[in-house]
Amino acid sequence: MVNPLQWPVLRQLLENDPTGRHHAVKSPATENLTPRTATADHVVPSVCPYCAVGCAQRVYVKDGTVIQIEGDPDSPISRGRLCPKGSASLQLTTGDSREKYVLYRRPHGTDWERLDLETAMDMVAQRVVDTRRKTWEWESGGLRTRRSMGIASLGGATLDNEENYLIKKLFTSLGIVQVENQARVCHSSTVAGLGTSFGRGGSTTYLQDLQRADCILIQGSNFAEAHPVGFQWVLEAKERGAKIIHVDPRFSRTSAMADTFVPIRAGTDIAFLGGLVNWVIGHDAYFHDYVVNYTNAATILGKDFRDTEDLDGLFSGFNRDDSSYETESWQYEGGFAAASSGERDADEQEGSRLGESSHAQSHGSGGPGVAGKWHRDETLQDPRCVFQVLRRHYSRYTPEMVEEVCGVPQALFEEVAEALTSNSGRDRTTAFAYAVGWTQHTTGTQYIRAASVLQLLLGNIGRPGGGIMALRGHASIQGSSDIPTLFDLLPGYLPMPHAKQHLDLAGYVGADSAKQGFWANMSAYTVSLLKAWWGDAATASNDYCFDYLPRITGSHSTYDTVMAQLEGICKGYFLMGENPAVGSANTHLQRAGMANLDWLVVRDFSLIESATWWKDGPEIATGQMRTEDIGTEVFFFPAAAHTEKAGSFTNTNRLVQWREQAVEPGAERRSDLWFIWHLGNRIRKLLADSRDDVDRPILDLTWDYPTIGTQDEPDADAVFAEINGRGPDGNPLSAYTQLKDDGSTSCGCWIYCGCRADGVNQAARRKPHTEQDISSREWGWAWPANRRELYNRASADPEGRPWSERKKLIWWDADAGTWTGDDVPDCEPAKPPSYRPAEDATGTDALSGIDPFIMQSDGKGWLFTPAGLTDGPLPTHYEPQESPFDNALYGQNRNPVRKLLKHDGNRYQPSGREPGAEVYPFVLTTYRLTEHFTAGAMTRWLPYLAELQPESFCEVSPELAAERGLTNNGWATLVSARGAIEARVLVTGRMKPLTVQGRTVHQIGMPYHWGPNGLSRGDAMNELSSIAMDPNVHIQEVKALTVDIRPGRRPQGPALPSLVAEYRQRAGIDEHTGQEGIKA
Amino acid sequence: MSVTQLGMPAIGAPGEARKGFFTDTSLCIGCKACEVACKEWNSLPAERPLQLTGESFDNTSRLSADTWRHVAFIEKKVPAPAAGGTEGIKWLMSSDVCKHCTNAACLDVCPTGALFRTEHGTVVVQQDICNGCGYCVSACPYGVIDQRPDDGRAFKCTMCYDRLGVGEEPACAKACPTQSIQYGELDELRERADARVAELHERGVDEARLYGRDPDGGVGGDGAFFLLLDEPETYGLPPDPVVTTRDLPAMWRRAAGAAAGLLAGAAVVFWGARK
Amino acid sequence: MSRRREREEFTSYYGRPILKEPTWEAADIAGYIFAGGVAAASSMLAAGAQYTGRPALERRAKLTALTAISVSAAALVHDLGRPERFLNMLRVAKPTSPMSMGSWILSVYGPLAGASAAANITGLFPAAGRACGLGAAVSGSAVATYTAVLLADTAVPTWHDAHEILPFVFAGSAAAAGGGIAAALAPVPEAGPARRMAVAGALLETVASLRMERSGHLSTETLREGRGGTLMRLSKAFSIGGAVGLALGGHRSRTVSVVGGLAVAAGSALLRFGVFEAGKASTRDPKYVVVPQRERLNAAEAVRREAAGIDAAA
Ligand SMILES: Nc1nc2c(c(=O)[nH]1)N[C@H]1C(S)=C(S)[C@@H](COP(=O)(O)OP(=O)(O)OC[C@H]3O[C@@H](n4cnc5c(=O)[nH]c(N)nc54)[C@H](O)[C@@H]3O)O[C@H]1N2
Ligand SMILES: Nc1nc2c(c(=O)[nH]1)N[C@H]1C(S)=C(S)[C@@H](COP(=O)(O)OP(=O)(O)OC[C@H]3O[C@@H](n4cnc5c(=O)[nH]c(N)nc54)[C@H](O)[C@@H]3O)O[C@H]1N2
Ligand code: SF4
Ligand code: SF4
Ligand code: SF4
Ligand code: SF4
Ligand code: SF4
Ligand SMILES: [Mo]
Repeated sequence: MVNPLQWPVLRQLLENDPTGRHHAVKSPATENLTPRTATADHVVPSVCPYCAVGCAQRVYVKDGTVIQIEGDPDSPISRGRLCPKGSASLQLTTGDSREKYVLYRRPHGTDWERLDLETAMDMVAQRVVDTRRKTWEWESGGLRTRRSMGIASLGGATLDNEENYLIKKLFTSLGIVQVENQARVCHSSTVAGLGTSFGRGGSTTYLQDLQRADCILIQGSNFAEAHPVGFQWVLEAKERGAKIIHVDPRFSRTSAMADTFVPIRAGTDIAFLGGLVNWVIGHDAYFHDYVVNYTNAATILGKDFRDTEDLDGLFSGFNRDDSSYETESWQYEGGFAAASSGERDADEQEGSRLGESSHAQSHGSGGPGVAGKWHRDETLQDPRCVFQVLRRHYSRYTPEMVEEVCGVPQALFEEVAEALTSNSGRDRTTAFAYAVGWTQHTTGTQYIRAASVLQLLLGNIGRPGGGIMALRGHASIQGSSDIPTLFDLLPGYLPMPHAKQHLDLAGYVGADSAKQGFWANMSAYTVSLLKAWWGDAATASNDYCFDYLPRITGSHSTYDTVMAQLEGICKGYFLMGENPAVGSANTHLQRAGMANLDWLVVRDFSLIESATWWKDGPEIATGQMRTEDIGTEVFFFPAAAHTEKAGSFTNTNRLVQWREQAVEPGAERRSDLWFIWHLGNRIRKLLADSRDDVDRPILDLTWDYPTIGTQDEPDADAVFAEINGRGPDGNPLSAYTQLKDDGSTSCGCWIYCGCRADGVNQAARRKPHTEQDISSREWGWAWPANRRELYNRASADPEGRPWSERKKLIWWDADAGTWTGDDVPDCEPAKPPSYRPAEDATGTDALSGIDPFIMQSDGKGWLFTPAGLTDGPLPTHYEPQESPFDNALYGQNRNPVRKLLKHDGNRYQPSGREPGAEVYPFVLTTYRLTEHFTAGAMTRWLPYLAELQPESFCEVSPELAAERGLTNNGWATLVSARGAIEARVLVTGRMKPLTVQGRTVHQIGMPYHWGPNGLSRGDAMNELSSIAMDPNVHIQEVKALTVDIRPGRRPQGPALPSLVAEYRQRAGIDEHTGQEGIKA
Repeated sequence: MSVTQLGMPAIGAPGEARKGFFTDTSLCIGCKACEVACKEWNSLPAERPLQLTGESFDNTSRLSADTWRHVAFIEKKVPAPAAGGTEGIKWLMSSDVCKHCTNAACLDVCPTGALFRTEHGTVVVQQDICNGCGYCVSACPYGVIDQRPDDGRAFKCTMCYDRLGVGEEPACAKACPTQSIQYGELDELRERADARVAELHERGVDEARLYGRDPDGGVGGDGAFFLLLDEPETYGLPPDPVVTTRDLPAMWRRAAGAAAGLLAGAAVVFWGARK
Repeated sequence: MSRRREREEFTSYYGRPILKEPTWEAADIAGYIFAGGVAAASSMLAAGAQYTGRPALERRAKLTALTAISVSAAALVHDLGRPERFLNMLRVAKPTSPMSMGSWILSVYGPLAGASAAANITGLFPAAGRACGLGAAVSGSAVATYTAVLLADTAVPTWHDAHEILPFVFAGSAAAAGGGIAAALAPVPEAGPARRMAVAGALLETVASLRMERSGHLSTETLREGRGGTLMRLSKAFSIGGAVGLALGGHRSRTVSVVGGLAVAAGSALLRFGVFEAGKASTRDPKYVVVPQRERLNAAEAVRREAAGIDAAA
């Protein structure tokens, strides 16, 4: 129907729009325009599935489909903003890059086949039952292990807490111990580093608190790119006058926003931080009252302790036979390392051989136990007090030495030192922010320790605008450490029982050991966990089914699992949200391991490299493998997206945030919760008639969950309730202090106890930040006990008064007899500052009123770690596994107890002055881009993100480009002893050659996101990396390697391995290279 | 009164304040959330082919019919502050968008009325009207609006006209993690921008300057204006753009003269030639 | 204004253009403008012919006008991204839009030209036909010249910089084309006005375009160099050659008339293509945007400084 009066020419005249540029020309469609958000049927609260900033989202649903995803302005963290990945999450969830159906590759098959979901589930359940039976192991080396080493699983940081919980629960009940996730390769050193320093392994502060900082040192993090929305708080601080410093091997988008950029040679941060420690002590710039009262500076060490100063880079206790430390000599005088988290056997104490089992991570919530009686010299003058040891240890870390090692000009170093010291103290605070630029080194744990030492000296821990912001990785990587899919941990950082000492519950809990601090209640946490898992079957008389837990016998980390696969021990593998063929170190070995499996289950959104390597992996192209020869049976299950399932993520603030389900997943896509629960159901059915003891744990498992929706989806909230725990009456608990060791309470993860207090899902709280203080404690729920700033007792002076008005956070209100302020006090709320424990006090009573580090057995922040770490009580600079330089500080070049893996596919390169080192002359460091995420499956497949960074590249300085004939946007080939890859070249002034030990050293930068699948493609950077690990937690060194670079594309086919071999030969590499001092 | 203002007493609907963007590039972290949020909201196609440009971290290169927000990356050497000091580098990032000009050439020349000035004072293409004549493309002095070859129509930022209608802020501004993109009432934004420049100058950031803020400028001021840290052309922006229709009255006069001359000439060639 | 240095120092974003290149196809838009010019001038000749008793010229010119304007309209529609929506051109009447004005002009001119041609051929309604013919001549003058505004009212440096002279270039060019074609088609004895129109048109076209090329604007480079420059030079060769031929021998020889007329018309067409190409070229290189604008800014800044008395001090 055309109405002539609607003819715009007429409307121009009639409606006073003579030039026809306004309303007269509006079309009916324009008049009726409404945004799709306005017509949505409902809006569902959610959380971004990418990184650990945890930006809140609103998911708009219409007619059963998600039509838009936007930031939630009420969030105190993100304030409604989203980075490009968060903004692309509609495309991630509703785009056509996601697979819809189950796919199956039969052994030796050359292509995928379709398989219906039910059949596939049955087949996988059968595989699990058969493999487990075949590989069952009651004992190993004469020790009871009750496990199967035939099955492993990897992934979890992208999954919900509830999913991780069920994975760990089901697999543990099946006796599967090789359960791992990204937390290993990402931040395991954080847990150990922060845990041993402060008593908890999580970030000490939270993102929003950064706005109160007077200075922020960002080092080992590409904050602006890897946590873009969190970075708003850095800019907030900057706008308020804070000085922002970025110390990094290359100038990134973070550097661009910093006031001061300090280029540094990759792998040398301990020298830099040590230099700062030396400066702070040398200039008397430490916060005296804080240091004396709140740290172990005054504690006297034993007489036997020898420092690296005395032993040319080694501490006392080094055992050359097995390249490990005996740690007794590191103890406080009069103290001994207690088995507070379980060990009693003296020779298996922390820091000794138990290090093999990555024990250090168990300090994620509870520092290492020390017991006995020790002395303090509060004048800090005793030559054996920690402070004096510290002073001596770092005395050679001078500005000149920093320049020599790190390539940082002295003036720049001094500028940083001045900034830190002038912005710390009573009235000012400095915050540190780091991430995996620090964690992923063979000395990763000690990097974090070095920062901890410095921040303790400056008095910045537990104070507003201070702290150490550990920027975690995935949406729920913090959660997957807390409720761990990790081989060495049970929920809440309870250690996984070790076959050597944890024979029974009493032995595990070590009833007499953890006298002081919160670990005294470990038995309550453990029993409650066992009750949550085995319910009525767990009774006092059967040790609450403690024996149902399989035991570890050493390291079963993801890299050890690869070795187990290569050796044919591990035969079945679940990949549930991890892509090791791109993301893990030495991707070739990852694929070789998978090619040696009987079966592989991959659950992901799209056909990632870890799912398709058998038909199109690099080894197929080079002829190293033939598809027809590969016997691995592969199942691919399409996963549900974050909008398609309810559940919780724990972000980098330790904040648990709940997401609602917006829609049910379509086709054969299912949540991991669904998968693991139905898998469990099937396995239990297959074994239902078994009378075998082997099967008791799985049959006795509490496995009844209500379902919701039309797809038999287990109710995540019910799982969450189990995690929170129940009291004797079955009612929800509200705090872990309510947990009992008499079997009357159950709790799936003690540190999460209270997340569903009063039966209310506390993680689902979304009170707008505009209606709250900075801590916004009614938004979500943070562990522990909803605290936002850890150790906040330290924000007040020993008398309980704020150090200054400007920096007040919590304080003692004498009238009310309680601690108060803008946070949940991190101390017993009614314990006055004046409280001093009696001589024989135990448990929390043993903590005084001036002990801010309540999870440490002495209540102090540890400048020196007398226990808990395998590679030394004080951070010491060693060169990376592969480095162009020898150690300028000591005769000991590399971490003497670093962990290496011997395998022909994992050869190490010569370093420093060793012959052949010049074959790989350049330092390569790796990192992230804002536009892509980790191993790439969540971004490289999305058109909107792929177009922003369409191809893999490396960054080189103009000087290196000239030296090697590289051209901008041309191709380069990078070669290491493990592989060779090609990438585009960006020649940029942002990369700068440094002068180290009088030589020019070139650094090459390369993002590691790419792989051959998806839209945006490239060779995987990790073809180059080796598996060389930190001894405490087995994190790989991927931040500092050495390589060669040459112009042009890499060879194809068999010529590629030949090139790598030719390099190896030239460098004279054999099975001993790079392993000096390391016992096989 | 200029032709462009002919008959139009004010920009925007009476009673409604003109809306706009102030993009403060001193806060931009180059994350490109704005690019993606815009594409996601407007269901725009991704650019093809997927090829690295080698131009810093910019791989979408320009505003186009498919990219309505575009983030530029400029790497610049900074001379050493003092003798013996090291040469530094700065990395400028800036998110560009349609300027929603006060005197918008695209709108002026559009023959169909597809382009119009909304009640918010913004400039929007009506996709059900545009016939793909391409005139707006040549008219825009910023090189913003463009034709989508396969579709034929012209596209550009709508300042999220649909969202504004229900009081929502534009998708790009909402996403921007650092508030580099600020959306609001133009008058208020101008004040804020003035204060910001003053503050940056105080802090010693002498390079800070506003671009497109000035209502006396060649397009009468931009509805989307910027704080830049270098010359506009460094970012690919015209240093001093002028709305082409400013000269339109003169052009019509000249054309009329030429037409009259033509007619006269035609008469002359027949003069006295009656057979 | 003085000629500029060859290569200017200027800053750009990786050398990328600032402006978008016109989306138009040369064949469509330069062709459209050319054909419109032919039609317009033909209608004028036809009108003159109908009142001066030149039936052969009248008929041929009217048919030419009708054909040309049809071709022109077809080219215009063809160039639309959504040709099926060509009618939207008449949704509005926008004085700020030369294309809108042009559409209305065409919608007046086209039917008049068509009616007068129809009347002429069928012999029906002769008076009305003649009136229409007159109307076509008058409205044709707008058809011939508005296209200059169409191009000049853009940000395309070469076109906009030429906005003062371009209407005259195009008027001359239209006359040259219409005159040339009529001279070629009409019998020599009736074709005197056509020849004169062609010659005068070619003259105006040449003089005006020389002025355009030498206006001193940086963008005029594109009229002198590259593809645009080549076309412009060819155009002048054809126009001048044809005009000289017509002037000297057109009244004697049919052959000379045909060749000369077509040469002048070809010169006109080449000019349209030349201007078109030069404009496109000026959008591809950011210097045509940056350099003049930067100079303008610097000059203004100098004035400001002087006014503020800073210059001397600085
Ligand atoms: N956009 C985006 N965001 C992400 C991710 C992503 O992939 N993309 N991943 C998430 C995950 S899993 C994680 S763990 C975090 C990681 O977050 P970040 O740790 O910030 O990420 P990276 O870019 O890997 O590394 C940080 C920086 O360390 C620098 N670096 C490398 N070696 C050294 C060194 O020896 N010393 C110092 N001082 N610096 C060094 C690199 O140049 C880089 O700038 O980001 C999370 N967020
Ligand atoms: N060289 C080098 N290597 C590195 C790093 C480095 O900096 N340099 N960083 C390391 C770090 S910190 C990390 S964290 C790792 C990351 O490396 P990976 O963990 O291997 O990589 P991601 O791509 O994050 O893998 C997560 C997978 O989970 C899928 N996924 C997402 N959501 C779900 C879900 O709900 N269910 C299921 N089943 N799947 C889902 C995604 O599509 C994706 O494929 O890489 C490490 N490797
Ligand atoms: S990826 Fe991280 S910063 Fe980006 S939107 Fe998601 S949670 Fe926020
Ligand atoms: S910038 Fe260009 S497209 Fe945007 S309003 Fe101005 S003239 Fe139109
Ligand atoms: S292309 Fe569309 S919007 Fe642009 S001028 Fe033509 S009709 Fe108007
Ligand atoms: S205002 Fe809307 S349309 Fe314009 S760039 Fe931003 S998101 Fe895109
Ligand atoms: S979203 Fe904001 S910070 Fe990110 S690129 Fe765009 S303008 Fe810059
Ligand atoms: Mo990570």
